[in-house]
Amino acid sequence: MTLVEEPTTADAVPEKEIGKARRRKEDARLITGRTTWTDNMVLPGMLHMAFVRSPVAHGKITQIDVSAAQQAPGVIAVFTGRDVADEQGSLPCAWPVTPDMVNPGHPSIAVDEVNHVGEAVAVIVARSKVAAQDAVELVDVDYDVLPVVLDMEEAVKADAHLCHDHTSSNTSYHFVFDAGDAGTGADTEQAFADAEVVVSRRFVQQRLIPAFMEPRSVVVQPQGDNYTLWSSTQIPHILRVMLAMVTGVPEHKLRVIAPDVGGGFGGKITPTPEEVVTLLVARRLGKPIKWTETRSESLMTAHHGRDQIQYIDVAADREGNVKGLRVRLLADMGAYLRLITPGIPALGAFMFPGIYKFPAYRFECDGVFTNKVPTDAYRGAGRPEATFAIERIMDELADELGMDPLEVRKKNWINAEEFPFTTVAGLQYDSGDYEKATQDALDLLGYDELRAEQKRRRESNDPLQLGIGFSTFTEMCGLAPSRVLGSLSFGAGGWESASIRMLPTGKVEVVTGSTPHGQGHETAWSQLVADHLGVPFEDVEVLHGDTAISSKGLDTYGSRSLVVGGTAVVKAAEKVVAKARRIAAHLLEASEDDLEFSGGKFSVRGTPGTGLGIQEIALAIFAAHDYPEGIEPSIDAEATFDPENFSFPHGTHLCAMEVDTETGFVKIRKYACVDDVGTIVNPLIVEGQVHGGLAQGIAQALYEEAVYDADGNLTTGTFVDYLVPAASDLPHFDTGNTVHTAPSNPIGAKGVGEAGCIASTPAVVNAAIDAVRHLGVSDIRMPLTPERVWRAIHEGGDGGDRASARTNAQAADSSDAPSTAGGLQ
Amino acid sequence: MTQISVRVDGASYSDDVEPRTLLVHYLREQLGKVGTVVGCDTSNCGACTVHLDGEAVKSCTVFAVQADGSEVTTIEGISQNGTLHPMQKAFHEMHGLQCGFCTPGMIMASIDLVNDNPDPSEDEVREGIEGNLCRCTGYQNIVRAVQQAAGEMHGRAASGTSHESPAVVDTAAAPHVAVQS
Repeated sequence: MTLVEEPTTADAVPEKEIGKARRRKEDARLITGRTTWTDNMVLPGMLHMAFVRSPVAHGKITQIDVSAAQQAPGVIAVFTGRDVADEQGSLPCAWPVTPDMVNPGHPSIAVDEVNHVGEAVAVIVARSKVAAQDAVELVDVDYDVLPVVLDMEEAVKADAHLCHDHTSSNTSYHFVFDAGDAGTGADTEQAFADAEVVVSRRFVQQRLIPAFMEPRSVVVQPQGDNYTLWSSTQIPHILRVMLAMVTGVPEHKLRVIAPDVGGGFGGKITPTPEEVVTLLVARRLGKPIKWTETRSESLMTAHHGRDQIQYIDVAADREGNVKGLRVRLLADMGAYLRLITPGIPALGAFMFPGIYKFPAYRFECDGVFTNKVPTDAYRGAGRPEATFAIERIMDELADELGMDPLEVRKKNWINAEEFPFTTVAGLQYDSGDYEKATQDALDLLGYDELRAEQKRRRESNDPLQLGIGFSTFTEMCGLAPSRVLGSLSFGAGGWESASIRMLPTGKVEVVTGSTPHGQGHETAWSQLVADHLGVPFEDVEVLHGDTAISSKGLDTYGSRSLVVGGTAVVKAAEKVVAKARRIAAHLLEASEDDLEFSGGKFSVRGTPGTGLGIQEIALAIFAAHDYPEGIEPSIDAEATFDPENFSFPHGTHLCAMEVDTETGFVKIRKYACVDDVGTIVNPLIVEGQVHGGLAQGIAQALYEEAVYDADGNLTTGTFVDYLVPAASDLPHFDTGNTVHTAPSNPIGAKGVGEAGCIASTPAVVNAAIDAVRHLGVSDIRMPLTPERVWRAIHEGGDGGDRASARTNAQAADSSDAPSTAGGLQ
Repeated sequence: MTQISVRVDGASYSDDVEPRTLLVHYLREQLGKVGTVVGCDTSNCGACTVHLDGEAVKSCTVFAVQADGSEVTTIEGISQNGTLHPMQKAFHEMHGLQCGFCTPGMIMASIDLVNDNPDPSEDEVREGIEGNLCRCTGYQNIVRAVQQAAGEMHGRAASGTSHESPAVVDTAAAPHVAVQS
């Protein structure tokens, strides 16, 4: 049988790689321990750093005595902020969201004043890590302690203490998006004035810690006036530009390498004080320097995420048709502005309307300084916060109207035939079918049976109540169209770059500017190139993360890699084929127009058996003995892709939750979701991304919270106290997909990295509230600890702050009462 | 300084160590066994898990001096003659890793789990590896990997090819999915 069919199969197009559940190329080194984490690096003569960090949240540094540390065995040097004040510059903030945004400046080592616990005040350089750490204890710092600003609602009052004494208030900026003013919607105040129903809520987005598994690490090797910096970063390209600007090391003298990077989730998206200091110390001493953080150091000093107080009002008629949406945020910046700190809530501004057809919308946000570690991107970055608020308030609206939460959603969401749809926030949603995803999710969950069980438990007054929560979400992904970023005053573009090098033996090197840290780019990009060049998957090698190899790039975040970076790869492949076509025409003595390219071979149309493979052409052009006049002897190509629009994944997430009304313990009975992420290049990787996102979104709902005490100490400073969930804390996930391709890129992909994290949190909280709403509960503060759930059921309110912390307790007492007064009133 | 003698991944070492040196730091910094990593400082995350005389331990909770006279196996020592351990293979097949930082510890803990329980249920796997944190995968594919490896280590379902792939199980609503054979 095979003998007869062989000629046919030889000419047949190979099976498509796109859509295959390819096992990952990356795994080979990761499952055998042959990895190159930054902390694995050892260089001759390498010295080690350890930081002396502030134990006070706000204070003047009155004296630092480093003499004992300098005398300690193995210590080479000690530097304070004053020692590097002239060269450390200010850590960059690339997103001035308003023209008059206040940026207090961000020294890498504090010079005169500390503004959060854990801020660096000195650095020890020693011949071993332990010698450096031992000497930290010997540095004597005197602080003149100042009042601590922690609570945002207090911080914005006129008589509040100041986080920075050289600013006039604790407000960094006031950002407004008004659909009426923007011409994308009706007048919001009028919509509310005319509304039959207004529902208002105050939601708290607690502070979270990205908690990537690999602690941050930096190594710098000076070679003359050149520096090579290895860092556990998501953004080697951006880091190189920023370090050059901050330290004055010329960009062309600086090479940045992100080797194997153990997760980021946004937590490694910003240039850090430690990267700056490692570079400065290496420059001072002319020796290779390494710094690796401890986990406690990471939790205390790497940037945090979320942390918003949301006042949200929705206007509707009695039939449940929404008429207007009004949002006011207090967004905690922490003590300083890092790379995109102020832009996170601004990014969310465009997502509060969710999938619904609001005719009017107004958004206002105050960025507020507090004496805590700065916030910045954490998986979803502004969009989880927005999705949470809208998906929670839709449930509250349904309750107010006595309607089914799903019915209210259906009444207001964008119908499949209405795409592309321009929202009240001015975004053009690309494609999708919310109805279909929802129906599939309901089937996956076993909705009707669970509703019946819920009814039985309610009627029998069972101590174990059951609830079902919805989240019908969308997100803006594929960051980002450069012109849009420009219109939002962002300091860079959103394009991505790729190049393809055709090696003489026919093997292919793909260089991507989108730097992975666990996503599987090497595998997915190989699939893309295999299909577009018609070469075997195994013949493709993907290079990344080293600015000397991949000179142009904007790295990985915002579910952009496949959508933007993958498209750049496809465009480069198209250029390779176009260049190879001219060579093929020459070698086959045919017109280019008569050639067809299929399965990696050029052949003359209608003349079977004339094929010339692209891998053979690579060798021919390497030899360069015979090629057309007037062209270069190369079929290598480079492409830069700048998207014209975002992409808009969507999906329906459903959570069935058991709540023990006697203990407050909550347990997810079942979790089902159907996501539409456009074209799926590798279903294995897509599924893995959804799982991981779900884990983090559920963790926000149930487990994680960065808590500060009244003095500004982080009381969740270890993995004992900051509850990253273990396998036993999470349920089995039932996941599915619908596929509506994205028209904004030739792959049709929409992005998947953040979907699970954005969608799941409100589904979980809505489920818990659905279980106990009949007991008078209309909100429970995240995370839903047993204590909070129990308090909400038995004492009313939203469960309040974590009782042990008392951080915001006084403020919370006055503002936590179930409120119908919105933030704008 | 105290002198210790240990066998690590089949080779013998005699070294002077400070009494306070943790086993994980001895492995990484003195032996160059950087496949074993450090993820926390409170023995919560399990990234540093190795086998000490055949039992899984978090090597940040063991002093190097306590390993004197013992046999240590790390992630670098579990493949035999270039053939992956069934647990390594299963993590690859089932996509039980993303960034891979927790993976060495997760694999070592999982081998120990399956040695104790040859046929663990999903819940038993979840409880068995609760001392190991992963931030990427949401654990579901790790659970599948451990169950598949358990089968192979104990002579059931001899290879990954006969096991249902996670993509088949969970992307049922994706008609375009073509699973690699």
